Amino acid sequence: MTDPIRIVHLYPRDMNIYGDHGNVLTLFRRLEWRGYRAEVHEVHRGDPLPISGDILVGGGGQDSGQVLVEADLLARGPELRAMADDGLPMLLVCGLYQMFGHVFRSGGGQVLEGIGVLDVETVAGADRLIGNVVARSAEFGDVIGYENHSGRTTLGPEAQPLARVSRGAGNNGSDGTEGARRDNVIGTYLHGALLPKNPSIADRLISVALERRLGSASLRELDESTTEAARRLAAARPR
Amino acid sequence: MTRVTDAPGRPSDATVRRPHPLPKRPLRNAATVLIGRGARFLTRLRGGGTAFPGLIVEHLDRDFAARALAQLPYGVVVISGTNGKTTTTRVVTELLRGQGLAVFTNPSGSNYSRGVVSALLGRVDLLGRLDADVAVLELDEAHGVLFADAVPPRFALLLNVLRDQLDRFGEIDHTAELLQAIAARTTGAVVLNRDDRRIAAIAASLPHTPVRFFGVGASLAGRFPGDDEMHGREQQHQAVHDADVLLTAIDSARATFDFDGTSHAVDLRLRGSYNMVNAAAAIALVRAVLGDGVEDTELLRTLSAVTPAFGRGETIEVHGTAVELVLVKNPAGFRLAIQSFDAADCATVIAINDHDNDSRDVSWLWDVDFGSLRHPGVDLVTGTRAAEMALRLRYDDVPVAHVESDLRRALDRALALAGGRPLRIYCTYTAMLQLRRLLAAMTPLEGIDR
Repeated sequence: MTDPIRIVHLYPRDMNIYGDHGNVLTLFRRLEWRGYRAEVHEVHRGDPLPISGDILVGGGGQDSGQVLVEADLLARGPELRAMADDGLPMLLVCGLYQMFGHVFRSGGGQVLEGIGVLDVETVAGADRLIGNVVARSAEFGDVIGYENHSGRTTLGPEAQPLARVSRGAGNNGSDGTEGARRDNVIGTYLHGALLPKNPSIADRLISVALERRLGSASLRELDESTTEAARRLAAARPR
Repeated sequence: MTRVTDAPGRPSDATVRRPHPLPKRPLRNAATVLIGRGARFLTRLRGGGTAFPGLIVEHLDRDFAARALAQLPYGVVVISGTNGKTTTTRVVTELLRGQGLAVFTNPSGSNYSRGVVSALLGRVDLLGRLDADVAVLELDEAHGVLFADAVPPRFALLLNVLRDQLDRFGEIDHTAELLQAIAARTTGAVVLNRDDRRIAAIAASLPHTPVRFFGVGASLAGRFPGDDEMHGREQQHQAVHDADVLLTAIDSARATFDFDGTSHAVDLRLRGSYNMVNAAAAIALVRAVLGDGVEDTELLRTLSAVTPAFGRGETIEVHGTAVELVLVKNPAGFRLAIQSFDAADCATVIAINDHDNDSRDVSWLWDVDFGSLRHPGVDLVTGTRAAEMALRLRYDDVPVAHVESDLRRALDRALALAGGRPLRIYCTYTAMLQLRRLLAAMTPLEGIDR
């Protein structure tokens, strides 16, 4: 019997504002339903990162949460960059998406340094971009979620967009992109939570994790009728 | 302005209410009242909402509410916070009435300032005079600040800050700032929840205002996790303030409150352990308002008789089936509600809407643990986001028997499948209002004209 697949949840205490628990739960159940053992490993400020982690998930926070984790995250920068270079699948939503980029410039001229895992930069916007989002991805199909952020994020040459918005604002409300990718790292503004309504993304993270651990992965299809109904509904709700 | 502390013993109408002097700007008042009542009449003819006349008056005469409320002997009491405003306002109103005060209050849930103005229109005389000793007003966080700018409250009770309608307010730290602004505009005394980290911290910003606290005893602290304790493993927020009133024990419907060095056990008709905390908050507020003038025996007797506010654990009998409506608005509240009520021997329905007065963002459902509903499962999910709720339950391995997004068809179906069992419906705000209207068509209900 192999060790359980380990889902590392980064800062669940400080960065958890938009139902991010749902992303962790979705990975856990989809592994479990297919007969894999899974466990969730929570990493708080000051805790060591497990070197045996298989998937890393981080969520959104309030400004106060971001300030709390900033120093701790910066100290982990080299380690997390090395993990990303090594191909560890990661999902970063909203606040941690911004902080996994190079920098966040606040409205008051403050500069919050990021850890540069993703080639993106964020500046504070005057207003919040809020509402239901549908964004198209060649690999994942329609990505469906909800956004609520004031930051405007732009992608550098090393980052690919996760999807192109067909409805909603996305990264910055102007260039049509939503989220960012490199290697197996995905950053996004979409919550809702993201993974329950976008199982193609969840299964991609899971496949990569299983391949890295076991050398191969073939995921059994699950009955997605409940998912499809929730996706259709979310896509049809007013912005 | 000073607090009224000179009321000896229990104030009666005769000792408290003075003959009304002529108010400021009587002609302006008369014009406003007439126009407002005209708007109310027209709105009712069209079957419209209650807030519209208030909106009109707010535009025509911004100071109308301030003038009408300025002369109350006990001033204005504002109750705000994320969860429990309506129930707490109801309890405070009943407790003060039990102590002999004439209380003006806004109707349940109309917690925007225009709702207060609409309610005032129906209660003032033509010269804008309000025949009451005190106004007890439920106000939502943002409108509470606007209202307090126009009408500084003499007392404020701030209950909690939980993530709720984040898409409207942005972030919960911002919500806490709104509540702090209400406290800063309060002239008499502020009552705070010592167990809510963000609310307790407001005390430090009030160097010149008397502050009192309510809370729960150490043995109950684990039952009421704050927003931060719901995630991760951090220790419960450690209360640092002494409380004027503490909820120290819960035994089924019996709650024990400690104040003045004595434990008082009361059998309540309110449902849900969180409403027992609201009752502690209400007692603390009433003690702040009346000072030494509280008559404890009457206070506890009144408290035991208070019934649930509408949709907050309210039970409605329909064709032999007891239908219980439990309002849920945010993860902490939903989690407490599931813990407070036993799922066995009743049919469970969950109704989730995502209209503006609910939360357009339904991600909060993913922060609620539904595992305790696994056996015997959920009978039906409904509302504009029924499918999202079904998906949420799937990921907690909770079986769902039926999905029916239309509330009217869902209610009919749920009544049929309950088969004599009580029917418990966890519902978001607009779903609750809609369900109540549907139920009112079947049986007479408080607050709804048939």
